[in-house]
Amino acid sequence: MLAKRIIPCLDVRDGKVVKGVNFTGIKEVGDPVECAAEYNRQGADEIVFYDITASFEGRGVFLDVVRNTAKQVFVPLTVGGGIKTVDDIRETLRAGADKVSVNSQAVKNPQLIKDGADIFGSQCICVGIDAKKIADKKWTVFINGGRVDMELDLIDWVKQIEQLGAGEICLNSIDADGTKAGFDIEMLEAVCNATSIPVIASGGAGQLEHFPEVFEKTGATAALAASLFHFRELTVDEVKAELNKRNIPVRTAFGGI
Amino acid sequence: MIAIIDYGAGNIFSVKNALDYIGVSSQLTDKRSDIINADGIILPGVGAFPHAVNMLEKSGLIDTIKEQAVQKPFLGICLGMQLLFDKGYEFEEADGLGLIGGNVKLMEVGELTLPHIGWNKLEINHDCPLMHGIGEEYVYFVHSYAAECSPDDVAAYCDYAGKRTALVNRGTVYGAQFHPEKSGAVGLKMLKNFAGMVKGGQV
Repeated sequence: MLAKRIIPCLDVRDGKVVKGVNFTGIKEVGDPVECAAEYNRQGADEIVFYDITASFEGRGVFLDVVRNTAKQVFVPLTVGGGIKTVDDIRETLRAGADKVSVNSQAVKNPQLIKDGADIFGSQCICVGIDAKKIADKKWTVFINGGRVDMELDLIDWVKQIEQLGAGEICLNSIDADGTKAGFDIEMLEAVCNATSIPVIASGGAGQLEHFPEVFEKTGATAALAASLFHFRELTVDEVKAELNKRNIPVRTAFGGI
Repeated sequence: MIAIIDYGAGNIFSVKNALDYIGVSSQLTDKRSDIINADGIILPGVGAFPHAVNMLEKSGLIDTIKEQAVQKPFLGICLGMQLLFDKGYEFEEADGLGLIGGNVKLMEVGELTLPHIGWNKLEINHDCPLMHGIGEEYVYFVHSYAAECSPDDVAAYCDYAGKRTALVNRGTVYGAQFHPEKSGAVGLKMLKNFAGMVKGGQV
């Protein structure tokens, strides 16, 4: 049986790790390569880098971060932010990413998902979604860092993504993000019930208890958090110890090297 | 020196990065002479079986690989492991290297999803030098097709809607369906074990 994954996410701007709260109020917290290596030591099952750089120069610095991380971290790396074309996907994979995460651009140009999956395989195409509740059991998809409502129904989008060949969905709740009040269980459940591809829960983790909760109450296969791990409120190994105690399968530490 | 065969089938850099990290010398190559002169060989691979076979045929390396794989430690990873078998059935029937008896077929997984992606636990079938110091640990898989072969050749299985071939060994030939280079400390230990079997490659 597959282990549930714990995934720290690093937002990177101009080669430094930053973390925003509800996408604003960005703080710097350190060197991304060192942060990734530390998460690797803590037992992270995968590491996500998200490029929030706007400039062309920044893109080169960011890919260097990916390249340097791939030389010392030997768990899967997922890289998102600023990926607009098949060539961007290729360049990112060549820098050492195992998967790319596409978000706004996938909404603007869904063909990117299909082209990426056809050329590089579904396993390396993760679609990131930022969604917000607009009515009872109804959510819409936002783009550009949660600023623009596309008035696209979340469940319709999830079904479309699956048909286009995405290998995974990373679902971020705009309502829960930054609140530390727990994952958006209702939205995650709705999405997990609508698709058979793996769903990563993102947004809202604030306490140890939120991790078993998301795996016990939804079909999510992984949980992602950023600030919680950056500011060491919790470590990845603490989260995994708790999941293990609750009989949720996780990859446990290996001291053989 | 370990030769990592570069036949245009992806993820070779992560294998090279992992060997560099544990201090094992390796070179990416598509040259027959490098493969013959190497002390050990790694055949990586991501993508589809028939495409990879085509690329190998184009590279003109098939006979060299078959001949060298039985003379020195040889490790196939992911698709590189699947290529060790007689035949693959991804999209169409295609001949593999035939170094280990068996066929590579689409997994039937019922309610579960394909590809099988993620960390799954090894279930040891019998002793294998690659597994020295490693127990039933989690390793990282990404695949939809799996090898069906004699249990005699299987060092470890994993469970994904049934027993799946995870690690094979016959003589000098080893094959990992998972990615040791993406399996954290467990995978690095396995690569160290492989390097330990290679002349001059002890870490």
